[in-house]
Amino acid sequence: MTLPETTIEKELRTTESEQLDPLGSAANRRRTFRPRVRRFPWHRLVFIVPAFVIYTTFMVYPLLDSLRLSMFSDAGNFVGLDNFRTLFGDSTYSHAFWNALKHNVVFFLFHSLVQNPIALLLALLLTVQGVRGQAVYRTLIFVPTVLSVVVIGFIWSHILSPLWGIVDTPYLGQSSTALPTLSLMSVWQWVGIPMIFFYAVLIAIPHDIIEAAKVDGAGALRVFRSVTLPLILPMLGVITIVTFIANFNAFDLIYTVQGALAGPEFSSDILGTFFYRTAFGFQLQSGSDAMGATVATAMFLIILFGVLVYMFGWARRVQTYEM
Amino acid sequence: MSIAVDRPLPDRPRRAPFQWSHVGVHGVLILYTCIALAPVLLIISNSLKPANAIFAHPFSVPWKGNFDFVGYKTVADIGHFEIYFKNSIIVTVATVFLVMTLSAMAAYALSEYRFMGNTLLAIFFAIGIMIPIRLGTVSILRLTKDMGLLSGDRGIGWIFGPTYGPLAALVFVYTAMGIPLGIFLMTQFMKQVPSDLKNAARVDGAGEYRVFSLTLPLVRPGLAAVAVFTMLPVWNDLWFPLLLAPKEGSRTVTLGAQQFLGQYASDWNSALAALTLAMLPVMALYIVFSRQFLGGLTKGAID
Repeated sequence: MTLPETTIEKELRTTESEQLDPLGSAANRRRTFRPRVRRFPWHRLVFIVPAFVIYTTFMVYPLLDSLRLSMFSDAGNFVGLDNFRTLFGDSTYSHAFWNALKHNVVFFLFHSLVQNPIALLLALLLTVQGVRGQAVYRTLIFVPTVLSVVVIGFIWSHILSPLWGIVDTPYLGQSSTALPTLSLMSVWQWVGIPMIFFYAVLIAIPHDIIEAAKVDGAGALRVFRSVTLPLILPMLGVITIVTFIANFNAFDLIYTVQGALAGPEFSSDILGTFFYRTAFGFQLQSGSDAMGATVATAMFLIILFGVLVYMFGWARRVQTYEM
Repeated sequence: MSIAVDRPLPDRPRRAPFQWSHVGVHGVLILYTCIALAPVLLIISNSLKPANAIFAHPFSVPWKGNFDFVGYKTVADIGHFEIYFKNSIIVTVATVFLVMTLSAMAAYALSEYRFMGNTLLAIFFAIGIMIPIRLGTVSILRLTKDMGLLSGDRGIGWIFGPTYGPLAALVFVYTAMGIPLGIFLMTQFMKQVPSDLKNAARVDGAGEYRVFSLTLPLVRPGLAAVAVFTMLPVWNDLWFPLLLAPKEGSRTVTLGAQQFLGQYASDWNSALAALTLAMLPVMALYIVFSRQFLGGLTKGAID
């Protein structure tokens, strides 16, 4: 007896039939009678191609093209690694490059050593059991983080301006204090991010574990050292690498507060501002695509180095616990 | 049978008894809340004062004789913040829409179909999470210039025109920047949609596009997270507007405020007013949606 093909079976042939086990066999049986070339799954292309095209055109291609440009002169001739020799060894560039790199390391250390402890302390206080109003504190402490770096820069440069008279020392105008001041401004703005990340981990720790430790006679400090700390270590790694990447391509704050020259006397120059001046020029010096791409490639290698250290030096050694 | 629905959970008392140790907790949290908010409030309150009061009494509250809108009047006269706001809204809304749609589509395909190169494609997209797009700026500038987007008089740029061409360039760049994290997040959420549900729809005769549109309401928390992660960096960015859209008519709020404040730094009234204008909308939106916002950041850890 031959039944007319039902709608269901028709659908199964034209859609993802393999994924349905019991019904799929019916479709397969039919296929043996009527061998059929499987239609090309156009819908998969429709789903993936738009994201692929935009991502490849405006992100992957420019990044690869920058790597390529770093091996060419501005006139378009292949020069191998000459641009890197200039960047690392020729005094017109190398002095500024090493200076910026050193400042960037300081900038990053300030974030790691000041931002993380404050963030962890706040996250711990926000998860103390039974304290009321924690949602309000959480929301308000996060406010600086949602504001633009430009706004933050101008808020602090006005407050720290000796003209206003709230402070007497021109912290941003002295070579010795400019970079630490800018680093602390940045910490003040971004502390909300590690805070909320720590918070997400802390709130997920089952209360039973902590209760069990307390029953075994552990005090608050012991609970932190033996229970909480091992559980947040993986998150500390994630936060550190995210901070590292953000710090090593930071630009907005220094540019807003100190200008492209990252004054006074380049004392707050970091790789982002150095990249900007090299690639796009400032005042009398005109920009160079080749040298700009070279600086970008150097920054890329530094960030890659950081990511590799994180992946193989940290993430592999730190135990992650399922909760 | 109802099992005492009103009884609070044992490890989370609804109303905690008073404890002395909590006073310390509140003390530290209040202190840090002040550190976080005082500078912001200082700027806002002084933007409402006449110039002499800003310098003589920076900490006083603007009130009656001490109250002045002069800064805002100057900003309204010489600034073009209405244009900047319009541009920022266009760029941010377009980017968030594109990132949400394109990431959801790609993530659906990556998590739903097994095909050759599936994992490779997922890795290709994931690489973009770690690498800052700024490092490709030299080439992005060349590319958008060649496409005619920056001048808006030829190529693709001709469609958008000289004012909106640079804004379109920003949208393309920001979309490319947001897609990697968008796909990563959406894949996590798409994987949680039960396949029985999708197969049931298929049995009922739904095509693949229809099945995709049926899963969207189920991954709404994921879409919210993607929107949160995309929105703020785009609204607050200075780097790309500075390089791709520096012309007066194409400026975003962040760039417009930066240029205005650089130019009128010595006019404290209008500088503080411009600062307040630049931050109030974001702050207001944030305060209203803070629960969803912080929830999106922690992927639902906040109840």
